Amino acid sequence: MRFGIAVFPGTWSDRDCARAIEVLGHESVYLWHRDHDLAGVDCVILPGGFSYGDHLRTGAVARFAPLMESVQEFAASGGLVWGICNGFQILCEAHLLPGALTRNASLEFRCESVWLRVETSDTPFTRACETGAVLAVPVSHGEGRFVADPSTLDRLEAERRVAFRYVARDGSAAGDASPNGSMRDIAGIVSEGRNVLGMMPHPERAAEPLLGSGDGLRLFGSVVEAVAERGAFATSSP
Amino acid sequence: MTYQAEVVVSLKPVVNDPQGLTVRAGLHQLGFTEVTGVRVGKHITLEVEGSSEAGVRERVAEMCERLLRNPVIEDYTIELRPPAGATTEAPPPA
Repeated sequence: MRFGIAVFPGTWSDRDCARAIEVLGHESVYLWHRDHDLAGVDCVILPGGFSYGDHLRTGAVARFAPLMESVQEFAASGGLVWGICNGFQILCEAHLLPGALTRNASLEFRCESVWLRVETSDTPFTRACETGAVLAVPVSHGEGRFVADPSTLDRLEAERRVAFRYVARDGSAAGDASPNGSMRDIAGIVSEGRNVLGMMPHPERAAEPLLGSGDGLRLFGSVVEAVAERGAFATSSP
Repeated sequence: MTYQAEVVVSLKPVVNDPQGLTVRAGLHQLGFTEVTGVRVGKHITLEVEGSSEAGVRERVAEMCERLLRNPVIEDYTIELRPPAGATTEAPPPA
């Protein structure tokens, strides 16, 4: 299958994503922010970084890039869109996902490995993991504290749209181990149609044992499985 | 005519503001213990061409809704200064 990796000015995890996909033995293409063409890909990744310098708010300007118009249409027609770190921030700004990512409670930029509990395997991005599995994946952000109003949070929980939560190593509640103070320790959520995932941690930086963990590769593997089973979720060619 | 618009974007009261809490702690450290609350926001100054104050205000509000604030977490206020030499609604002398 073919992944598309969006590149905005200031994106920095594009090559890490391409490497993870290469490790899995699949193809990826870079998608330039000024283009509209999604090049027939099966899944669009909005990778980490500091698009447009994070000016005004993280993701606020990237949301208006020409490429994002195509991504919005692709997502609306059921295509797989996966926002990682800055990509999650962009998806919230674009209203493809609810809530917002705000300054970490500690006010510190956190770059460290964290433990993530898979809250549902019922998404194309987590289907190769068991619900409740604990993954070691790094975070690297200053603005990752997920906030939303209580009714939105309740709805996310009721619809099983919380994909990942920060936890302690043994899978129990994170408490002080939360890297950013996110509400209900939420690290990632999916859209109503479950075809859009936003997550703050970086699975592409946990894609081979040499990097300290290979757990992130299970998410890429999930997408490959989902597309192999179902075929394309939506067409990304004009 | 060129109006000057002052937009203040602030976190909604229900959104926790760790920056504000840190500033408050710093002020307490300096002895300003009478400070009970601090919120940190953004101040954006725009120069806007327009023929009427009402028209400019409406456009700036639209800018706030579409880009300058995130409606999930932020509120905003707009203050308009009329163009220099305008006869109506001139600011009071300093």
